[in-house]
Amino acid sequence: MSLDQFITEASGYARRVDETFWILVAISCVVVFLLTGLILTFIIRYRRGSDAPRGPLPEALKHEIEIGWTSATFFLFLFLFWWAGVELMAASSPPKDALEIHVVAKQWMFRFQHPSGAREIDELHVPLATPVRLAMTSEDVIHDLYIPALRLKRDILPDRYTYIWFTATTPGTYHLTCAEFCGTNHSRMYGQLDIVTMQDYARWTTAQPEGDDLAHQGDKLFHTVGCSGCHDSPGSTVHAPDLHNLYGRLVQLADGRTVTADEAYLRDKILLPNRDIPAGYAPDMPSFRGVLNEGQIVAVMAYLKSLSTTSNEQGARQ
Amino acid sequence: MSDVSEALQEPWPNLAVQREGVSFGIWVFLASEILFFSALFITYAVYRSFNPEAFAAAAKETELFYGTLNTGLLLTSSMTMTIALRAATVQWRGVTLVALALTAALGLAFLLCKGLEYHDDLTKNLFPSAAFPLAAPPAQLFWMMYWIMTGIHAIHLSAGIAVDIAVLLLFWRRILPVQGSTMEGVATYWHFVDSVWLVLYPLLYLVGRS
Amino acid sequence: MTDVTLPFAPQKEVGTESFLDAGHTLISWLTTTDHKRIAILYAISITIFFFIGGIAIGLVRLELIEPSGMFLTSDGYNRLFTIHGIIMVWFFLVPSIPATMGNFLLPLMIGARDVAFPRLNLLSWYLYVGGAAFTIYVLVAGGVDTGWTFYPPFSSDYSNSHVIAAAAGVFVVGFSSIATGVNFITTTHMLRCPGMTWFRLPLFCWSMYATSLVMVLATPVLAMSLVLIVAERAFGLPVFDAAKGGDPVLFQHIFWFYSHPAVYIMILPAMGVVSEVFACFARRQVFGYTFMVYAMMAIAVIGFMVWGHHMFVAGQSQLANLVFSFLSFIVAVPSAIKVFNWTATLYRGQIGFDAPMLYALGFLGLFTIGGLTGLFLASVPIDIQVTDTYFVVAHFHFIMVGGSVSAFMAGIHYWWPKVTGRLYNEFWAKFAAITMFLGFNMTFMPQFLMGWEGMPRRYHVYPPVFQIWHVLSSGGAAILAIAYIMPLVYLTLSLRYGARAGNNPWHATGLEWQTTSPPPKHNFERRPVVIADPYMYHEIGQPRSSHDTSPPLPQGRQI
Repeated sequence: MSLDQFITEASGYARRVDETFWILVAISCVVVFLLTGLILTFIIRYRRGSDAPRGPLPEALKHEIEIGWTSATFFLFLFLFWWAGVELMAASSPPKDALEIHVVAKQWMFRFQHPSGAREIDELHVPLATPVRLAMTSEDVIHDLYIPALRLKRDILPDRYTYIWFTATTPGTYHLTCAEFCGTNHSRMYGQLDIVTMQDYARWTTAQPEGDDLAHQGDKLFHTVGCSGCHDSPGSTVHAPDLHNLYGRLVQLADGRTVTADEAYLRDKILLPNRDIPAGYAPDMPSFRGVLNEGQIVAVMAYLKSLSTTSNEQGARQ
Repeated sequence: MSDVSEALQEPWPNLAVQREGVSFGIWVFLASEILFFSALFITYAVYRSFNPEAFAAAAKETELFYGTLNTGLLLTSSMTMTIALRAATVQWRGVTLVALALTAALGLAFLLCKGLEYHDDLTKNLFPSAAFPLAAPPAQLFWMMYWIMTGIHAIHLSAGIAVDIAVLLLFWRRILPVQGSTMEGVATYWHFVDSVWLVLYPLLYLVGRS
Repeated sequence: MTDVTLPFAPQKEVGTESFLDAGHTLISWLTTTDHKRIAILYAISITIFFFIGGIAIGLVRLELIEPSGMFLTSDGYNRLFTIHGIIMVWFFLVPSIPATMGNFLLPLMIGARDVAFPRLNLLSWYLYVGGAAFTIYVLVAGGVDTGWTFYPPFSSDYSNSHVIAAAAGVFVVGFSSIATGVNFITTTHMLRCPGMTWFRLPLFCWSMYATSLVMVLATPVLAMSLVLIVAERAFGLPVFDAAKGGDPVLFQHIFWFYSHPAVYIMILPAMGVVSEVFACFARRQVFGYTFMVYAMMAIAVIGFMVWGHHMFVAGQSQLANLVFSFLSFIVAVPSAIKVFNWTATLYRGQIGFDAPMLYALGFLGLFTIGGLTGLFLASVPIDIQVTDTYFVVAHFHFIMVGGSVSAFMAGIHYWWPKVTGRLYNEFWAKFAAITMFLGFNMTFMPQFLMGWEGMPRRYHVYPPVFQIWHVLSSGGAAILAIAYIMPLVYLTLSLRYGARAGNNPWHATGLEWQTTSPPPKHNFERRPVVIADPYMYHEIGQPRSSHDTSPPLPQGRQI
């Protein structure tokens, strides 16, 4: 492992974060030099017994100085907040049509699932110049995915999804690691990020042994586990919501609220079905906790997402 | 006439300042107690906002009879405590002692009812576990809050009862004069514990029952 | 020996029984209600724990010399850094200045005979001891490995260590804090001597007041967060269980709602101490007294609104991140003002370089650097990169060790003659101060670098590319350890061999210097009356030599 695997600016965002960092360093150095200079000057010039002129400062001057440096500090800090805040806002919306990779963290490893069905442990291949979104969840305690070269870090929580997105611009191998204390082998929970060209990524993907892509696996589970019995049976007496074009839509709930059917919503429906009941439906759906494991839930969700894409993209699933 | 000079303690310059100081100190302490319970109430509020239906369903299983009876007992005990404080201020020692005793008795009655209620709750398996009767998992969150909130309240009430009885004994054995600074602190604390219950009662017993 | 004759000192030194002589038995100490004795009980207790916490991290720093470890298992390593954090935060830093110097000096500085509730004060110490007992049990029984932050689900459902006992210890010692806070707030409101108005209070008193407000209002929230962890762990209640709809991030909110104000509990007293030391050793009024007061109160209040900056990567919304980032920048403004004001206090002063001043100057530099790195952490994109790395570790050690511990040492040395009636060896005191400063920088500067480069915290083994920084840091830690042992030696020796201090060896203002060293049990022979502002150094001029026979100062002045 070389230092390049940590400090390289592997994306445009990383470069901008570094800019902000160095500006802060510059400002800090100026402040430290100024203050140190003043302090050293004062303690030498005004050491006990020296003959430098002394005497009280006029009150009005004192007051002006106080207001002066208070305002200056306040406005400098406001500026710094604005600078960093703009940076944050610019990076705050996930890109549309990102390549979605699922991350499952558990003590003490990361499992990455590509939409093609490929699975990796502690190593993540991503294509260059492509928006990538990592949807992450944990099977046990709180973990964290930290990729220093991308200047990104996000906690990974149990029973919830958190996200990291990026567009990598510098090919290479980089370090990734867990950055939330998670037990005995926390310091051994690391791996590598391989940023490869888009062609290499496509080649790599097809070379992977895992057969079906995620959506296909999810389709099979949807039928074998019993979801289709209520959700996809025209003759069924159970009144269950139609899942076509559900992902990404707004859903009206029984209690009057409106929510978006995102990963968290779908996951809750599978595991805690009576939590946010959609309007017009009874709380009859059973929970699939213990029936579907984390990887299978990911596959079912990939299938449900595929029910919302256009026929073009459905064709591209292969 | 009681010997007031025994009531004055170091480092107070005189009894009036001491009384004010003790009262002030108790209120500062209550500020910390308010924050202690606030953390609990915030947890309740957050979880209820996530799971309104499950909370409503779970709260229907609480024993409204016991809860309301306990509310009545505590409110009455606040009345008797106020009587004790008023009597102490005008040096009616006998009334003070009786009122303190009644307050402690009402507090103990509350704890007794709570114990009976807990017994009933456990018989119905309303403790979060595999045998929990309600299907929706967030219902267990409500009952988790119930046990923790009422448990911590009961601990505070027990402390109040213990202090009440201790002060009753100190007054009775004439170790402290009733018109000292102690009574106000005891009463203030008691009213606080009662107020916490007045918030707990609707949150635990009246949700989903309107 | 020295003296400026002061109005409230007894006319003769002999015959006034000091508080140290009012009872020599152990029982007289263990049942004391004298705030000065309780301060000393605390001082002994926190010193013991400082060294236990120090040994723990000494072992950690030793282990980190090798990237793949040397003599510890990962479990052992995790337990060591956890107990270091728990002990240093709750059993050293939080009580340090308030329970020792606050207890000793607050009544003296306001002209009172004791704190408002002396028996509650003793109870505070016993609560500390009770909490400490749990912690000793945890140490002996095998430790706890959750980190001082106790995050669930790890702490509640996965850790195989003594979480409940550790949480119980912190819970109990928290009530020690709250009791001290209640005592100090009431004391400041109700027991100031005639003429001691709020804006004549020394800044140390203001710092005790502000700290106490935070202790009283923040600590109970910590207590509840620990109750909830114990409830989940001991009774299986699904408090933060995501599978039941609970939320482990809720714990983080409740925990940090206390733990951020806690860092202000740890720095405000330090700010109070250095204000006193700068004024005395620059022989000058503290620049901008009123702004200094308002700055401390602002820090205490705004400090309650920034806790979310510990959770920028925890999964909270972008809006929350923005709001907490903004408030974190705002809370830095009053601290900056204080740094400028301390610097300005030196201007046109008569600066002496006694040991307390060396520590105070060290504080000034190190706190400034620590505070500036706080701005980095308040910027969300930079925090995303450096949170949970050594950058944060360096940041908070600059403030808490470079800042608070330096100030603690400054205060110990400044008031040592007052408390003990003895003077320590000035050469060794200066030597230790300089060694501490150098050792500290060597320990923690490399940590900023490796944190920025991507070295995570709480890591037993690490990528070898960071080894050079770890070796430097561990070397610095060794120097720091020696520097901490030195005061233990020369201060203890001074109790036996030190020259006797007079009432006011530093020729300082403040009511505490107008009574004997050590003070009598009830602090003053006669109750003081204040007719002047604090820090009137320009009126009493330079310290006089021991041969000075100038006439005594006018009656009744605060000086």
